[in-house]
Amino acid sequence: MNLALKDIRHGLFRFVLTCFGLGLLMTVVLSMIGIYNGLVADALAVVKAPAADVWVVESGTKGPFAEASNIPLTTRDAVSRMPGVAEAGAINFQNIEASHAGASLRLYVIGYEPGHPGGPQSIVEGRGIGTSHFELVADRKTGLLTGETIRLGRNRFTVVGLVEGAMNAGGDPAVYITLSDAMALQTELDPAAQRVQAARGAVSVKSASVAAVIARVAPGADVELLTATVRQWKHLAALTQAEQEEILVSSVVDLARRQIGLFLAILLSVSAVVIALIIYTMTMEKLKQIATLKLIGAPDRTIIGLIVQQALILGASGWGIGLVLILTVKDYFPRRVVLEPFNVMMLAGIIFAVCIAASGLGVRAAMKVDPATALGS
Amino acid sequence: MADGEILIDVRGVAKHFGEGETRVDALRDVDLQVHAGEVIALLGPSGSGKTTLLNVIGCILAPSAGRVTLDGETVFDGQWLRRDLRRLRLDKIGFIFQTHNLLPFLTAEENVAVVLDLAGWSVEKGRARAGDLLGYLEVDHRAAAKPALLSGGEAQRVAIARALANRPRIILADEPTAALDSKRAGLVMDLLRKLAAEQEACIVTVTHDEKIFDRFDRLVHLRDGRLADA
Ligand SMILES: Nc1ncnc2c1ncn2[C@@H]1O[C@H](COP(=O)(O)OP(=O)(O)O)[C@@H](O)[C@H]1O
Ligand SMILES: [Mg+2]
Repeated sequence: MNLALKDIRHGLFRFVLTCFGLGLLMTVVLSMIGIYNGLVADALAVVKAPAADVWVVESGTKGPFAEASNIPLTTRDAVSRMPGVAEAGAINFQNIEASHAGASLRLYVIGYEPGHPGGPQSIVEGRGIGTSHFELVADRKTGLLTGETIRLGRNRFTVVGLVEGAMNAGGDPAVYITLSDAMALQTELDPAAQRVQAARGAVSVKSASVAAVIARVAPGADVELLTATVRQWKHLAALTQAEQEEILVSSVVDLARRQIGLFLAILLSVSAVVIALIIYTMTMEKLKQIATLKLIGAPDRTIIGLIVQQALILGASGWGIGLVLILTVKDYFPRRVVLEPFNVMMLAGIIFAVCIAASGLGVRAAMKVDPATALGS
Repeated sequence: MADGEILIDVRGVAKHFGEGETRVDALRDVDLQVHAGEVIALLGPSGSGKTTLLNVIGCILAPSAGRVTLDGETVFDGQWLRRDLRRLRLDKIGFIFQTHNLLPFLTAEENVAVVLDLAGWSVEKGRARAGDLLGYLEVDHRAAAKPALLSGGEAQRVAIARALANRPRIILADEPTAALDSKRAGLVMDLLRKLAAEQEACIVTVTHDEKIFDRFDRLVHLRDGRLADA
């Protein structure tokens, strides 16, 4: 006779309510894990998109994402002529605030050279940019549709294609335009700021500079050797793809990541305490019944089974409900929520451990209870 | 009826709670023998040690001194001689509580069957025996009801069925008729007598209920923890 199940069935409404409450808490935990993962994945999206092996940037910088980087456009030719380089492309990045359909729209503008690395990866709708000016490929999250036009700077661009998952580390959706359009846009933006910079004697942004040159190496070529060679050039620095990803995660989104990470840790602790409290209370409420069981001769394993099974059923239902809820709502989040099976299993492990620990507390109390208390009125 | 074998043999049992100023001597040098088939009443004013004696016999309270032998097995002699007291209770002792103390999440039948389940009976045999007992106690029509839906008398009869389920030879009852009217109380006592005779068991009942005194083979009086047979 399974006492745990019989007891649950007896107070089914309350038990289900408790499971549901716990499930909601687990939904919050899972969404926090998903947001954390999403943040990292989003941050890496912009670095991973060009599928580069080497990033050539301004010397002394960790550009172009962590720090500003300006290198001459001519660098692309130089890099592509280096031994081992299969192809190279110059790119630049800028954040702009455009207006679309009466609302302002933050865009991350990626300028690239058509026919060279750095462009949109897979077009999900429409086509890529042709050779002509004033065309753009937008991320779906911009809300732009193919065939629409949008004003960037002085010119009106036509949306010719859509991509997915292109954004900067802050989550602003990206649009791709040709490098020449991007450089023109850069010089015409905010003339006041440029005048200020010019007055300070800053290098004119009008000089044809790009943020980085990305290179793909030929099969079998030595990436380390290539970066070492680039570093010997006076004004340039080189980062491998892995280094660039590492910089993104450890510096650009580091604060946000730690912020969410700490919140997640607190949330997990709170959940652990809540689970422990529920299980402990559940056991405490049954002490008199446990005393009765002891009195009629139930062995410890029957009593431990009752407590531990209920704890595990509660934990498992909470976890299951949480999982179903987060999978249902995760696509409605404005930014990406990424749940790996590993995270979900890890949470299951944590819940399992908490349930066992909490039922341990309950079991201790149950073991101590004197069977004679069942006799008292 | 005091001719059957001795099922309960309590010798020189003392029990005190606390020490020094707060010391309470609940039992002092108690000797008590109860034979198979015998139904005795434990009487005495409140605080005289009746419940304490019942708990000592039921192996849920260790005496401070003395020896306790149950069904031929010495279970306490200055210390417990058996480690698995719960198994001992399961096999030899049936408790009927003042309040029925049925498990609220089990049906009447399950409350009886759970004892048999613990004793290792198969599910079918346990259910059959539980059903039989409930029928015998005339509560089988309530077999599927949870305790909360049972009347006081029904619940008490289910509790008696539970106490008897594993055919214990020692039945301990603490004011089993307190919650019942005098007619029902008499019926319950008659039933217990009948069962004691059939199962060659003995019954020790704590009671204040003068109306049922005539149903006992022997009345045992406790005063300040001392026995005074009457
Ligand atoms: N667990 C205990 N701790 C301290 N004193 C107790 C305890 N149990 C009983 N007593 C004391 O022992 C005496 C006898 O109690 P009890 O056997 O319950 O009496 P009765 O059942 O006859 O009313 C009382 O004075 C009571 O206060
Ligand atoms: Mg009492």
